[in-house]
Amino acid sequence: MWNNIYNWLDERVGFNDLYANLLDRPEPKTSWWNTLGSASMFLFVLQGLTGIFLTVYYTPSPDHAYDSVQYIMEGVAFGWLIRGIHHWGATLMVLVVFIHMLRVFFTASFKYPRELTWLIGIGLLLTTLGMGFTGYLLPWNQKAFWATTVGTQIAGTVPFIGEFTLKALRGGPDLSALTLQRFFSAHIWMIPGILAALIGVHLFLIMKHGESHWPKKDD
Amino acid sequence: MSGSHELSRRDFIKVTTGIIGGLIGAVVGLPAVYYLIDPALQAGGKEAWIPIGKFEDMQLDKPYSFSFTRVQVNGWERTASSFGGYAVRKSDKPEELLILNSRCTHLACTVNWNEAANGYLCPCHDAKFSKEGEVLDGPPPRPLDVYDEHRITEDGIIEIFFKEG
Ligand code: HEM
Ligand code: FES
Repeated sequence: MWNNIYNWLDERVGFNDLYANLLDRPEPKTSWWNTLGSASMFLFVLQGLTGIFLTVYYTPSPDHAYDSVQYIMEGVAFGWLIRGIHHWGATLMVLVVFIHMLRVFFTASFKYPRELTWLIGIGLLLTTLGMGFTGYLLPWNQKAFWATTVGTQIAGTVPFIGEFTLKALRGGPDLSALTLQRFFSAHIWMIPGILAALIGVHLFLIMKHGESHWPKKDD
Repeated sequence: MSGSHELSRRDFIKVTTGIIGGLIGAVVGLPAVYYLIDPALQAGGKEAWIPIGKFEDMQLDKPYSFSFTRVQVNGWERTASSFGGYAVRKSDKPEELLILNSRCTHLACTVNWNEAANGYLCPCHDAKFSKEGEVLDGPPPRPLDVYDEHRITEDGIIEIFFKEG
């Protein structure tokens, strides 16, 4: 019976084609370094899931943010685990994405026809860093507060548009409830949305072009 | 290798990935479920004697309204919840007081004594209860709940036994 159900669905969805095209693509002989993109994606999904769980208790308001994080760490069963994964996963993701970029650079995989994949990759690196920047403020402790003060102040030193950028990031001249709220919104909705879309295009291009050869001595 | 009973290299990879992935999923997934439902598992049920008023202030056959708040710690916050009810005096004996809970037995709105209607009315779905708490009209499945333990202090104050949760 399961076979019948599977066949019925497969005729309409095309699982077998999907499988052949997505997971069973022919690959040139490569190395473990080529798994770092998939590792980045795994970390993105992991951050997404643990992040969703954190929002069950986390409260983005100056009155509650610090206490709610404290509560996650000490009051809720396994809160330390969920937050721990999200916390260390964030650092690891930046690291893995960066090494992935280095490998693409050293194997010269960014050349024709993969320039666009590389450009999208730059977007992925920037948005990943943006996730780190916006997420860092959310616990609303001293370190978070001053790191964001400094970070937005740096953005403020840009000629001409600096002052505007600083105010747009902070939602006003100083750090306030508005800053926390807009960083939260960026951290859980806007940047992940952009990140997911970019990953989609990135993967599409990779499937379209196939993986590049590991360069040989005479390349 | 096809046709032989040995595991092919590909199948081996598939099975190992499945098992390891499943293990990782369980190690993180089960705590995650616990994390979600944790507040529902917290033991509530603190008990207290709550003063509701002087016995001498409660008139015969006229429901005496009382209310009180209890502060509970929910998460990182202290929340005050209100409770209330009506004490109905039947005689000179304090132990014969009938102390009703004003929480509607339908879906938990608060009922109010209405002199003209000679009953407790619920604003939510138009229930009506008699002075003694019996259902006269509307959807409630059972009479109003009673606070079934109460005592009188030396100063003539009625206290009810209240259990949270
Ligand atoms: C969230 C971050 C990223 C994710 C999820 C991601 C995902 C992937 C995946 C799954 C692959 C397939 C092969 C492999 O892993 O090597 C890949 C390849 C590639 N990535 Fe990324 N990537 C990310 C960031 C970047 C960055 C920062 C760059 C460079 C600026 C980049 C440029 C490329 C290029 C050019 C390829 C093609 C490599 C080839 O064909 O050999 N990616 N990416
Ligand atoms: S809650 Fe009182 S009638 Fe429905």
